[in-house]
Amino acid sequence: MQIVVPIKQVPETDQVRMDPETGTMIRRGLSAIINPLDLYALETALQIKETRGASIIAISMGPRLAEKALREAIALGCDQGVLLTDGRFAGSDTWATAYTLAQAIRKLGPVDLVICGERATDGDTGQVGPGIASFLDLPLATYVDRLQGFEDGGLHIRRMVENGSEVVWTSLPAVLTVVKDIAHPRFPTLRQKLWAKQSEIKTWDMDDLDIDETNLGLNGSPTRVVKIEKSKLSRQGELIQAFTPEDIDRAADRIISYLHEHHFID
Amino acid sequence: MTWKDIWTLAEVKDGNLHEVSFELLAWGRTLADDRDCRLCSVVLSDEIADSELEHLFGYGADIIYVLKDPALAHFLVEPYARALVHLVQSYQPEVILAAATTTGRTLMPYVAVKVHAGLTADCTGLEIDLDTGNLLQTRPAIGGNIMATIKTPEARPQMATVRPKSARSLPFDADRTGEMVVVDPPNDLATDRMRFERFIPDATEEAAIEESDVIVSGGYGMQNLANFQWLARLAKVLDGSVGVSRAAVERGWKPYPRQIGLSGKTVAPKLYIACGISGAVQHLAGMQTSENIIAINLDSNAQIFQVADLGIVGDLFDVLPALVYKLEKQREAAPL
Repeated sequence: MQIVVPIKQVPETDQVRMDPETGTMIRRGLSAIINPLDLYALETALQIKETRGASIIAISMGPRLAEKALREAIALGCDQGVLLTDGRFAGSDTWATAYTLAQAIRKLGPVDLVICGERATDGDTGQVGPGIASFLDLPLATYVDRLQGFEDGGLHIRRMVENGSEVVWTSLPAVLTVVKDIAHPRFPTLRQKLWAKQSEIKTWDMDDLDIDETNLGLNGSPTRVVKIEKSKLSRQGELIQAFTPEDIDRAADRIISYLHEHHFID
Repeated sequence: MTWKDIWTLAEVKDGNLHEVSFELLAWGRTLADDRDCRLCSVVLSDEIADSELEHLFGYGADIIYVLKDPALAHFLVEPYARALVHLVQSYQPEVILAAATTTGRTLMPYVAVKVHAGLTADCTGLEIDLDTGNLLQTRPAIGGNIMATIKTPEARPQMATVRPKSARSLPFDADRTGEMVVVDPPNDLATDRMRFERFIPDATEEAAIEESDVIVSGGYGMQNLANFQWLARLAKVLDGSVGVSRAAVERGWKPYPRQIGLSGKTVAPKLYIACGISGAVQHLAGMQTSENIIAINLDSNAQIFQVADLGIVGDLFDVLPALVYKLEKQREAAPL
């Protein structure tokens, strides 16, 4: 079985604090990591590899430095890493990104499953996985939280939806986007890390792919960012200390009056 | 033919329109009035009664495009996408709005690729430029730390998703009418590549957090599962639901579908009460666009207070019981 896992490198935000003056993220000392939600896609692929046998290709589009994310994926147990890097890819929105990844996946040859994280923690759109499925004209199951078994040349999966979950069967090849509940991501062993350091990362630019340049990068992207503003973090709210019994009582009363003022209670 | 009209994508379950269908019409009505065009609601379903569909007129639609086919009995992306692509090609809308539900977030990107449209996820603000017809779509990005405004200068239609509960439906007007257009399904709708097997409802009776106007949320400071009874009681008097931070999910106090934050759900309820949540940037990203935020925390330096409209610095287990007893007493005293 051939599995492709598209991954994205994102800024590490785990220990971030906000700057109270400007309301922005303090990025100092942040390193780049694999999008945390992509680790669940990798783990899902690795578990299939262990139970049924599979070859896993991790693929990423980004700057040359994104090679590090692919090495991490190999350290976890992926068989191969492919980096799509080219100045002409820069500025791609989700449409153009999905197009580029889809063309690269085509070049990899027959694939049984493409497994994506639900979304990236920086862009936060969740549109690239479904976009890849659409470009490849494959069935798509999103928000997958369990694989229920391979059968009839396909796969039963459970997906998390509003107020419950649903079970669907999909033929293969297919594209899945998975949520956190699906698995616990593993850590690489030292030996795997060393192995990953030496493995070769395949690097493709635009000329390696069968690509229509008008669909690429900023020019190929239907959307444009026209304005970016800091969101107002600070609300300058009212702060009440509640450590003595009287103050605790007063604090509870203030919450209740607030709820009244804003019509949450009668 | 030119691209015209504002479309909203209704959602149907078991023959009934979901509330979010009407919320989308509230977004669309403003845009259609500004643009001086028609507001159209698109309904894809296997079976739905005309009397049910007509509610869409009452909530603001001028036109209803309804396409019925047995292949649309359950949401499967291929038949739904083929149906929507067929409608887009037949009627050429300028704008399509859908809800950022599991359905909308799956269907819209799949269709946007097929029709080469721009798509913006999770918009919190929408305006239309009257000269160009460009939709100015504002959305939080980088974990809610910035607001980006995005437009689609050339490609049409312009597609966007908005979160459920981000607008209130317009008041229902029973006298409002419109035109119902029944569209014949294209003959290639059905797929044999995927099939729906069954729906398993959540065991809990609590409302899903993304559908709640009020969320009472607990974090690491809750200390243990038993203490969540206070949140449940508070949620009950406020008719809300209980959410959690990642710390609480990792300790197994609540399941992942209730997690709020960057790696969980993004919510924007009318009221968010954060209890024992310090306010890591990941958590703030998932809730800072809530309309009203109240925070209770022991640490006066906790970041959660930076986004709170009302902050109580104190011991959760002093403040919560005092608050819950008072509220419960008021409710008992008040005639229902």
